[in-house]
Amino acid sequence: MTGKPTYQRPMLVRHQAGLMNKLSRVAGMRPLTEIDGVPVAALVERFGSPLFVFSERSIVSRHRELRDALSVRLPKARLAWSYKTNYLDAVCKVMHREGSLAEVVSEMELDKALRQVAGTEIIFNGPYKPEGALEKAFRAGARVHLDHFDELARAEAVARRLGLAPKVALRINMSLPGITPWSRFGFNLESGQALDAVRRLRAGGVLQLAGLHAHVGTFVQDVDAYRQEARKLSELANLLAREHGVMVEWIDLGGGFASNNTLHAQYLPGEQVTPSFAQYAEAIAEGLAALALPPGREPTIFLETGRALVDEAGSLVTTVHATKRLTDGRRALILDAGVNSLFTAFWYRHDVVPAQPFAGTPEPTILYGPLCMAIDVVRDQLLFPPLSPGDRIVVRNVGAYNVTQWMQFITDRPAVVLVSRTGEAALMRRRESVETLLAQEEVPAWLA
Amino acid sequence: MDTLQRLKDLAVSESGFVFDPHSGQTFSLNETGRAILEALKRGETVEQIVTDLRQGFEVEPGADLGRDVHEFLLLAREQGWPVPQVEAP
Amino acid sequence: MSLPRPSLTIAVTGLNATDNPAPGVGVIRSLRAEPSFGGRVVGLAYDALDSGLYSREIGLDAGFLIPYPSQGVEALRERLRAVHARTPLDVIIPTLDSELPAFIALEPELRSWGVHMFLPTRDQLELRSKARLGELGERAGLEVPAQRVLSDAGDVYRLGAELPYPLVVKGVFYGAAVVHGPDEAAAAFHATVARWGLPVIAQRFHAGEEYDVVAVGDGRGGMAGAVPMKKLLLSDKGKGWAGVAVKDPHLLEAARRFFTATSWRGPCELEILKTGEGRYLLIEVNPRFPAWCFLAAGAGQNLPWAVTRLALGEQPAPLTDFKAGTLFVRISLDQIASIEDLQSLATAGELLRAREGP
Repeated sequence: MTGKPTYQRPMLVRHQAGLMNKLSRVAGMRPLTEIDGVPVAALVERFGSPLFVFSERSIVSRHRELRDALSVRLPKARLAWSYKTNYLDAVCKVMHREGSLAEVVSEMELDKALRQVAGTEIIFNGPYKPEGALEKAFRAGARVHLDHFDELARAEAVARRLGLAPKVALRINMSLPGITPWSRFGFNLESGQALDAVRRLRAGGVLQLAGLHAHVGTFVQDVDAYRQEARKLSELANLLAREHGVMVEWIDLGGGFASNNTLHAQYLPGEQVTPSFAQYAEAIAEGLAALALPPGREPTIFLETGRALVDEAGSLVTTVHATKRLTDGRRALILDAGVNSLFTAFWYRHDVVPAQPFAGTPEPTILYGPLCMAIDVVRDQLLFPPLSPGDRIVVRNVGAYNVTQWMQFITDRPAVVLVSRTGEAALMRRRESVETLLAQEEVPAWLA
Repeated sequence: MDTLQRLKDLAVSESGFVFDPHSGQTFSLNETGRAILEALKRGETVEQIVTDLRQGFEVEPGADLGRDVHEFLLLAREQGWPVPQVEAP
Repeated sequence: MSLPRPSLTIAVTGLNATDNPAPGVGVIRSLRAEPSFGGRVVGLAYDALDSGLYSREIGLDAGFLIPYPSQGVEALRERLRAVHARTPLDVIIPTLDSELPAFIALEPELRSWGVHMFLPTRDQLELRSKARLGELGERAGLEVPAQRVLSDAGDVYRLGAELPYPLVVKGVFYGAAVVHGPDEAAAAFHATVARWGLPVIAQRFHAGEEYDVVAVGDGRGGMAGAVPMKKLLLSDKGKGWAGVAVKDPHLLEAARRFFTATSWRGPCELEILKTGEGRYLLIEVNPRFPAWCFLAAGAGQNLPWAVTRLALGEQPAPLTDFKAGTLFVRISLDQIASIEDLQSLATAGELLRAREGP
């Protein structure tokens, strides 16, 4: 012990009215040195940086929380894992082991799901289902949710050719207060299009109408939207039973639950605004109370919640490559991961924390990725402690959509690992390399 | 006005609060920043400041004090402080 | 009759007393006007230059900076823990819409420290949200203007006949602009989103006289007190700069119905429009004291004191009387302060004042 104070990089901050609050988030900011007991430094040493790390414990506990919130109110509720949110085999396996069906929106996802679950455990959504995909789905016994009249006709032709009479559902869109209607998907309720589709489907005499499906939107923080959606679908189901002799067997309320992330256009942080699973479930149960089907004929309720189940489980570990001072006085950090890996930086003000203990006065900082493009900003303007090259940062709540929407632009996609509930870490996806890229390429003979 | 005198007019408190009576601006410095300002008031060069910091603080190996001081002085100039022109390290 | 509480320490937020003032200074002056209160008042501020911190007249014993609501519950909890360790608090009166979710989330924990608040529940807060005015009106039996929630700027071009122009475009926490056509509405939409995020509300504009009621619900469906006010003078930002307490039974009845329907817990401000035909429309409910709440104390109802007592678990007799015709007239005063006060707030985040006298 020398008794000397520890050296910190010198800092000078000009006071400005409206910005004079030294108690920023960093006051309560703690370094995240471990993920489920595994040191971040050890993970990077073993798997490299940048690195996506998923917590199996978090996936499982969120899944159970939602399932329990539903099952106390709706005995016949089931979850269907939204593949597009994260279709790594290992993540899907965790979801299926916890009892989720698979919800897919393309033939590629269908193929992936068929390797994991029985066809009858698959819901096939989306506006683009070519004949080959429909055939595969019908043969496997998947639940196909029809999106438009052309698809209805195509599905009939396929089923007739296969000599099958598959049970299908109709995707419905509706106007809900405060929600921009997604009229591009499904049949509109208010205009009567939905009932036209029912009549058309029944007249065809091939497909069996067995389900209704709607989807409120994405990152929906107003539970009332689900209450109204559930009520409208219930009323439609009642009408079908009463006037068309159709008793639906399932109602799929879609997904769209918000996670704890904070949208750019959101003032309060997500953790304060995002409803709990119990609040969503309560609203859905209230809406479904409008169902008036005979006892014993209650439909199964499906939910396709993706983001809210997996977002918190994922973290992106990234390394500070350089620091610089911008002309406006802000500190800039250049990281080894940018919007190429972290697509959701376009949507959210991500929660970022250093991965090692830190000291020093926080200052206005901007986090840049490694790309040679102006749009490559991981966090615009936050108060952040002074870090040095080589320091690590953890971007939290990145488990949804990044590992499916990431771009292969000028560099490899990072590795993805899973930390087990016993603190074991293993690869779910290898880091890409130039070979990954070259494996797909051909050079025309005349250039060889 | 004499540069050194203007520097000496910058009132620095124990806590690192700086009031510039010429411009009316106020600032916060951390401990290292305060040490640099005090050194500037004594008329020290960048090299002397770096030596001072090495003597006064527990410095981790690998820290680039020359770069840090240089950057601090640039920032101070941008804030209108009468800091002597410095050469890049 | 409550016993004097000389030792009570009450913390109040919202000290930014600019020309669009936060309610904190009015709340503190009300507390200071209560003869049985001789305790300490602590200001919780968001910026070292929040002007209320520098007012000698309101007699702050201490001022502390707290983190912005946008920094989350965790940061606020840690800071309140530090403040409480420095100056033990008995009661906190939050006064800003945007900080309520965090304080509501912390209420049970603060109670376990011995710090009391009297706030609406999250459900109550949700029900009075601007986006759900129609539902609230239905529940409380109060007429409300037609409105729609906008989630993107394109929505303003799709508003039906039910919402003819002019319209009022409102932010979820603050801000309201009267617009006369879709282009203006789209511009107001973008300005509102940039400041306060989504959702944005388009409300039918009705001509008439606007009244405001400051009131406190006892949390059991009853009304602990209420004083209606008519603004007499507006600042160029449209804020009331002078107003008079009025006794219109319809306004008090509206407040009563709101409390019955919601069992509202804590202070609120009801904005009510009286149309030319004598209809009363509930425009908005703000879930906190208004900046002009000192008028209520001046007219005979010390509502911040009532909230303090309710927070402490007492059941004060409802305040029913007040003196109509009591005016408030706001003035701007320049306070003299020292650079040491600014220094203390900017570097330590706190300002402690020695008490005068014994």
